[in-house]
Order: sequence, then C-alpha cells, then structure tokens
Amino acid sequence: MRTPAAVLRGLFLRAFPKSLWVYHCNAGACNGCDIEVIDVLTPYYDAERFGIRLVGSPRHADVLLVSGPVTRQVLPHLVRLWEAVPEPKLVFAIGGCACGGGIWHDTYSVIGGADKVLPVNYYIPGCPPRPEAIVYGVALALGLVPQKVAARHLSDGFLEEYRRLNPTLPAEAP
Amino acid sequence: MAPLRFLRAKYREARLCLSAGRVTLPSPYEAADPPPGFRGLPSVDASRCIGCGGCASVCTPGLIAIDDDGPHARFTWSLARCIYCGRCAEVCPEEAVTMSPTFETATSDISALTMTVDVFMGSCSRCGRCYGTQTPLDPPHPRAHHQARVAAICDRYREAAS
Repeated sequence: MRTPAAVLRGLFLRAFPKSLWVYHCNAGACNGCDIEVIDVLTPYYDAERFGIRLVGSPRHADVLLVSGPVTRQVLPHLVRLWEAVPEPKLVFAIGGCACGGGIWHDTYSVIGGADKVLPVNYYIPGCPPRPEAIVYGVALALGLVPQKVAARHLSDGFLEEYRRLNPTLPAEAP
Repeated sequence: MAPLRFLRAKYREARLCLSAGRVTLPSPYEAADPPPGFRGLPSVDASRCIGCGGCASVCTPGLIAIDDDGPHARFTWSLARCIYCGRCAEVCPEEAVTMSPTFETATSDISALTMTVDVFMGSCSRCGRCYGTQTPLDPPHPRAHHQARVAAICDRYREAAS
C-alpha cells in the first residue's frame, strides 16, 4: 500500500521530469573546459533539449558544475557554493583537472580534484572534454545512454606461464 | 510605415533563422567520429610492453604508477587526470601504447577510469624485484631471462659482486 506522500511524489516526478539547472563554477581552470561548456549550449550540441540550463545563482541550481583543479584560494568559496545549492543536488566534475587534479594534482597551491572537496556524482574527463563528451556525460546523468568505460585489466599472459614454471609460488602472489 | 518596416525586419529575421534548418548533431545517442589524429583514451598492448617505464617518466600528470616488487611489473594508470598529450605513445619504444579515439569516458565511478597493465619481467634471483637493464632501451630484452631460464641478478647485485 503506497502512502499518499509516495503517490504525490510519483506524480510530481512524472509532472516535472528531470531538467537539471546548472551553476557553473570555475575552481581554477584554464578556461578550456569553460569554453567547451559554452559550446554545449550552442545549437549544434544543444544541451537545452535535455532541460540543461545555465543559471546565475547557485540557489536556482540542481547541479554544481566544477571545472578546474580546486585551488587553495577558491576552496572556501567552492564549499560555500556547494552549501548554497538546495538539496537534492549533483556535482559534475568537468575536465581532467576537476576529475583528479590534472597536471596540478601535486602542486602546492592546489588541493586536488573536485572529489577531494565535494561528493562528485559524475566525472567527465578530457583536456578539455569534447562537447560531445560533455553532452554524453549529461545524457549519462539523465539515464539516456549507457556507460561506456569500465576499469580495464590488461595482462601479457606471462604471469600464468611463470606460475606454471614456479609451482611453489602461492596462487595469490602478485 | 514604421510598423510595416518592423514586421518586414522580423520576417527577414525569422526566414534567416529558419533557413539553416535543423543543425543539432545526434551526439549522445550515436557515437560521433572524432577527426583523424584525435587523441583519446590511451590503450596498451600488454604483449608488446617491455616494462621500461618510459611512459611513466614522461607522463605530464604523472598518472602511471609502477609496482615492480615481484616477478611482474604492474602499471596502474589513473586515467581520470589524463590530459591526452600522447607523450606516452610517442616515447614507447615498442609502440605498445596507442591513443585510441575513445572520448566518451564520462562515468559516475572514478575507478572505471583506471587501467592496470601486468607485464611479466625476469626477476632478480636474489632480491626478487623485476630485472632491469642499465637503460630501458638496452638489450637484452628483459624477457630473454625468462625464456632462457638463466638465473638473473639485477644490476644492484651485479655491481656489488664485481
């Protein structure tokens, strides 16, 4: 038996389908990713057909879009921005810098990627990511496309042969 | 005549805007082909890798971690912070690293962007670490030991013995 609240919630979700309003925050990026984000809003890639819209205030947003490595200077402001976004909220990390720190991952003035500071929901790597890659990431967040990458484990097959030649080696040895 | 002029201008504007037709690309639903020479996610042919570590030493974001304590070297690529510069592919003497055209790499789980490459190396019979030559490009091929099944000691012990 569904409670009235659940029924109302289901109705609400059907009446207001997922349309993510995005607040874009440059946490120290070189502007490459920011330019690609603007590309995504042009008619050629047209993220607005998915309900994506850039808004001017974090209080209007559902998604905090972080580009660039989180620098020490911007850290308190980034946290304030994240606190200003009303629940439920998502965090997208755009670009190699926001995903893992990029080439600045161990620099003195950089905290690291956005995931060191905020709970990142979707990672869109690239340096900068192609507009298609950003559109793909957005569509992935909306559940329109399947995820295409998975952790890869590659081996040259010699390890098995080594184990065959050295049967005394424990099975779980590296 | 002002309203007429205004309407005519609006009509021209509308015709100009509509004449382009539909330009939106079918992007997220169909994989878009990147231009030739585009550098996407690096991929490694493990059977060609000789474990020289050249890729790790030139990698700009330093994302290739090498663990060579044992009979095989494990290269862990944390591709989240890859900048796709292609230096790993450029420096690889065996052309084991290639830049694939894959760019649709968005994920909700950062661990999907890791790649581990296990390469069997001859290991030193004394310390157990991977056997290396003086420089990465020196013969013999590190695997020659394994194939010849001769006892190998690494340079550290060889220098100590001589």
